Amino acid sequence: MNSHRHGDGGVTGVPGAGEDVVCREPADPETRVRGGVFDRRAFLVAGMGSLLASCGWDGGDALKPAMQAAAGFNDQVSGLLFSDAKLARKYGPAQRSLSFPNYFISGMTPQLDQPEAWRLEVGGMVRSPLSMTLDEIRSLSRLTYTVKHHCVEGWSAIATWTGTPLRAIAEHAGVAPGARYVRFDSFDSGYYNGWDIASAMHPETIMAWGFNDRELMADHGAPLRLYAPHKLGYKLTKYVTRITFTSDRPGGYWEDQGYPWFGGI
Amino acid sequence: MEPDDTGTQDQTLELPVGEARPAAVRRHHIIVRITHWLTFPLIFLMISSGLQIYRAYPRFGERGGPYLPNAWQDAAIPAWARLGGWLAGGLQWHFMLMWPLMAVGLLYLTYLLVSGEWRKLVFGPRDVPAALEMMKYYLRIRREHPPQGKHNALQKGAYTFIILLGTLSVLTGLAVWKPVQLSWIVFVFGGFQAARYWHFLAVWLFVAFTAVHVTLVFAADPASLRAMVTGWYRGRFRGEA
Repeated sequence: MNSHRHGDGGVTGVPGAGEDVVCREPADPETRVRGGVFDRRAFLVAGMGSLLASCGWDGGDALKPAMQAAAGFNDQVSGLLFSDAKLARKYGPAQRSLSFPNYFISGMTPQLDQPEAWRLEVGGMVRSPLSMTLDEIRSLSRLTYTVKHHCVEGWSAIATWTGTPLRAIAEHAGVAPGARYVRFDSFDSGYYNGWDIASAMHPETIMAWGFNDRELMADHGAPLRLYAPHKLGYKLTKYVTRITFTSDRPGGYWEDQGYPWFGGI
Repeated sequence: MEPDDTGTQDQTLELPVGEARPAAVRRHHIIVRITHWLTFPLIFLMISSGLQIYRAYPRFGERGGPYLPNAWQDAAIPAWARLGGWLAGGLQWHFMLMWPLMAVGLLYLTYLLVSGEWRKLVFGPRDVPAALEMMKYYLRIRREHPPQGKHNALQKGAYTFIILLGTLSVLTGLAVWKPVQLSWIVFVFGGFQAARYWHFLAVWLFVAFTAVHVTLVFAADPASLRAMVTGWYRGRFRGEA
């Protein structure tokens, strides 16, 4: 069930860190296993809270439409709060975090059998679809920044990222005016994300190939990953294979399971 | 706050031995009563969904530490105290209910301002001597209850505190929700992890306030509970502010 792997970059003694990672787990295994007995006792203990909790994480069928409406509303508010002129705070290399967790959904670190055969495919609503090697991407332009990474779980960590602004790749391909969304696909067991075009074209949204002054390593999404300091970590697709500009809103691996779609911070 | 139709009679004549029903006075406007009773379940659900979210990273500090002092660091939050089932569910509840809670708070604050009720409620420097007298009374240093208006000075302090606490919760919540777009709020609270910390601390202050508030309602002035339901107060603290 839990195909999610979590590494903590060398920090030990942080129990619970990987326990409730962004993964589909029945977070109340006791409730599921012991069923009614647990529910009755919990009801007596916590009253209303347990009553609502026993409705399930989505609030049950009665509340589900309200939940989804609220999530859609929050995506809209998030879009309004987003500014393409707002840049993230920058840090110095000395402020980098001692550890930087790495996540992927595959059972093992996703790695290419033939790295030399890898290409980034850029397609969808573009004038000229692209199939680019890493060197071709690097030669377009580059951006390096040291920023704070925010995970939906609540942790944060500072690291340096180097990459090519997605905007430069988009300009190279010639994006059609009707493209309102961008879909990112990966070779990490089908992990994917959908973004709004405004966030994707933000000057600090990059296709990263460097991490902390080194080449991006396999744990962090090599050879190429999406990065932006203004999105939560689960929006930042690793192991990218394809970028598709589209007029239909793509979902996302975690978004389809209930995490906020916009995921902007 | 006007006495009702029956309240024009002399109360000392009407209540010689404390048997007759005391004349009721109008105490709480319908907006105050509705917002009060909506706030309670909303905060309850915000706390339980918040504890579900907290469980995903139960400490305060950047990855690798150091961490801010926290009695609940790495605490296993029991299932009965959580709402949402998993992180995404907790987030959905939290992000849905934050809107009605903020709306209720704004409605209440607007009422306080427009009605002028804030003058009877906001604690100021002039309330300090009366607050000390109230403390003496509660500590049994002073025998008789000090004279008071609609609220005594300690109540004013408590209700002013809870308004500030609500404001703190909203601001730190916004900081944690949009730390890049609203980076100025993050800066005010000393960073992203510090904003999380204040947001969490507010939970325990809410819980502590609620415990004291409910205890005092029953111990000191049970009639105030009825007043918060019906709007009419028949208790012993009917002074005009």
